Amino acid sequence: MQSQATYNYKVVRQFAVMTVIWGIVGMLVGVIIAAQLVWPELNFVEWLSYGRLRPLHTNAVIFAFGGCALFATSYYSVQRTCHTTLFAPGLAAFTFWGWQLIIVLAALSLPLGFTSGKEYAELEWPIDILITIVWVAYAIVFFGTIGTRKTKHIYVSNWFFGSMIIAVALLHLVNSAAIPVFEAGILTPRSYSAYAGVQDAMVQWWYGHNAVGFFLTAGFLGMMYYFVPKQAGRPVYSYRLSVVHFWALIFTYMWAGPHHLHYTALPDWTQSLGMLFSLILLAPSWGGMINGIMTLSGAWHKLRDDPILKFLITSLSFYGMSTFEGPMMSVKTINALSHYTDWTVGHVHSGALGWVAMVSIGSLYYLIPRLFGKTEMYSVRLINVHFWLATLGTVLYIAALWISGVMQGLMWRATNPDGTLTYAFVESVKASYPFWTIRVIGGLLFLAGMFIMAYNMFKTIAAGRAVDDAKVLEPAHAH
Amino acid sequence: MDFKNTSDFVSSFWSLYVIVIVAVSVIGCAVFLWFQGTAKFKPGEVTGHVWDETLEEYNNPLPNWWRWMFYLTVGFAIVYLMLYPGLGNLAGSFGWTMRGQYEQEMKKAEETYGPKFNQFLKQDIMTVAANQEAKEMGARLFQTYCAQCHGGDAGGAPGFPNLKDKDWLWGGTPEKIVETITNGRMGIMTPKGTKPDMDAEQVKDVVHYVRSLSGLTHDSARAQRGAELYPQACAACHGPDAKGNPAAGYPNLTDKVWLHGSSEAKQIEIVTKGMQNQMPAFGEFLGPAKVHLLAAYVWGLGGGEKPEPAPVAAPAEAEKPAEEAKQ
Repeated sequence: MQSQATYNYKVVRQFAVMTVIWGIVGMLVGVIIAAQLVWPELNFVEWLSYGRLRPLHTNAVIFAFGGCALFATSYYSVQRTCHTTLFAPGLAAFTFWGWQLIIVLAALSLPLGFTSGKEYAELEWPIDILITIVWVAYAIVFFGTIGTRKTKHIYVSNWFFGSMIIAVALLHLVNSAAIPVFEAGILTPRSYSAYAGVQDAMVQWWYGHNAVGFFLTAGFLGMMYYFVPKQAGRPVYSYRLSVVHFWALIFTYMWAGPHHLHYTALPDWTQSLGMLFSLILLAPSWGGMINGIMTLSGAWHKLRDDPILKFLITSLSFYGMSTFEGPMMSVKTINALSHYTDWTVGHVHSGALGWVAMVSIGSLYYLIPRLFGKTEMYSVRLINVHFWLATLGTVLYIAALWISGVMQGLMWRATNPDGTLTYAFVESVKASYPFWTIRVIGGLLFLAGMFIMAYNMFKTIAAGRAVDDAKVLEPAHAH
Repeated sequence: MDFKNTSDFVSSFWSLYVIVIVAVSVIGCAVFLWFQGTAKFKPGEVTGHVWDETLEEYNNPLPNWWRWMFYLTVGFAIVYLMLYPGLGNLAGSFGWTMRGQYEQEMKKAEETYGPKFNQFLKQDIMTVAANQEAKEMGARLFQTYCAQCHGGDAGGAPGFPNLKDKDWLWGGTPEKIVETITNGRMGIMTPKGTKPDMDAEQVKDVVHYVRSLSGLTHDSARAQRGAELYPQACAACHGPDAKGNPAAGYPNLTDKVWLHGSSEAKQIEIVTKGMQNQMPAFGEFLGPAKVHLLAAYVWGLGGGEKPEPAPVAAPAEAEKPAEEAKQ
């Protein structure tokens, strides 16, 4: 039975297409800065120097690529699991254009040298205000849709998307609190943090770690909980596990930030708590992996010839691996070796490429044909090619940085019989070059996969039509 | 109040606040897991809820290995919090602090390595410079503390002096090198390119005069005009003969060494805007024994001067009143 209302696919389509575009942009910048480390001559003009492109890379992949993916998938799944159309469609359209404006402003202001100096929150205060406005609009659309749902129960993917929206609002508001100044007219905004000293560092890493925890983990778990069971055609493994790991995850993640500040001016007690809650976080994190991978139990054969499932299940494997690695790295004795080395960068990318990007890519391959009146992508073979490029690229990237990271840590702590350091810092830089070169190759492979995806997407769009008449389904039966 | 406690609490209330929240949170995780883990449900049975046509959920029990892993981490946290700081101001029964660990490790390092460094402190620098073992130790210290600016080969970089040649801004005798490393140096040249000093043309003239002194390309008409400006504009520091004054770090302008570059544009910029350059002080950080070894290493790189009773500084001092009289 169907009602007259239709799902709002327009905004989903816009965000889905932009996910691929911004993915290419963000990862291209990543490849450029990786190359700049190997060939410093590539820093030929200040706007395109490493120091300015690095925040552009992180902002572009996290908030432009990852953000658009979250908007697209959450808008799609929240309507369908609530059996209603998107609440406040005008506001939903505003979130699309507002988010794109923010991305463009970031892409202009960061290379020009504007930065508040806060990692993953470099944008100056006028852009921060714009982010707040768009995010509130997002919250209204999302929770409005939940509020007008036709089912009694709220599906698990929406718990995660919802917690992401609330937590990111809180994180953004607290961390970006700053004294707003125009240094020399309206085009030179400067943000002076509201906090000082170690408190500023703690607020920054409370934000930084929870940006990982809520934006890059909870949000993408929401995506996983919709697209994995859909693509596998199997029920979620355990509702009980969803409940336990959801509440445990969102509760313990908030405490884990201090592990970024081990052996600094941060008080001892705070460092201990950061480490302990990072360890406690292991089980809640793995709950999501178990629930996702075990959803496939009884249908393992589908992995053989469904490249979309390959993307989704591989992403969960990388998720499980990096959420094991993270708690281990938060242990002080391990952190003493790993901190400030490439190991951290490798860890982040096993999460960013292996988990966030792969789960998004898999979900988009499910989503795009349905938004354009097709049952599958233009070429399933090309999805397969993309899968192998992405997997190989990720493995090359993280393996290279594991080796260089551990090597750097060991070189920095090596001492001579007289207690002097065995290696000058620059020797560890020199020794890292081969691994940085492998990193460039890994990044290039991953980027090549994104170009193939863009080609596949545009071919699918060209052959299809924009679906704007998908009727809202009646709930299956009364709950 | 325990001096070693590094918490920032302004009152015992905050300590208590942290203790209560941490205890409730850690134990709360275990209690929550206990109630959820023991709830009754049948494996392989769906909950009965359906979303979006096909989305259903089994209600499988929590995997046992997962539950016990969760308990294990909570148990670890409880034990750790009894042993180490974490519960507000409570120190933990090990009495461990980050600061204490640092002091202990430094003490141990001092006991182990201190004698190796101190053995050279009694010898004079030129003797140390000739000692092969000391040379190697000095080289390693140099790579750690000095190479960032002066380069791995001590050859310097723009703005950072070459330590291998015989040109010394502040003197190359053992005492002077020790002094430089211990206290650092601050070199300041005042800007001369604004009224009432010199206008842009005059700056260019004096730059060409200075260039002529060390054989750099120059316009001789400008150099001639610059020669007339030099005594008033520059001689007070660089000396009437432009040979500088190492007692105060004023560079010699007649040699081929140009710390900040020898291009006309750079020299005009320096004369116009002035220049500040700094070497940080290492005395407190490294201690006298390591400074001694480093000084010997630097002295032995090829440019070290014999410790004469300061024949360089004395005439410069003597000339000073004369210069001032000239102005």
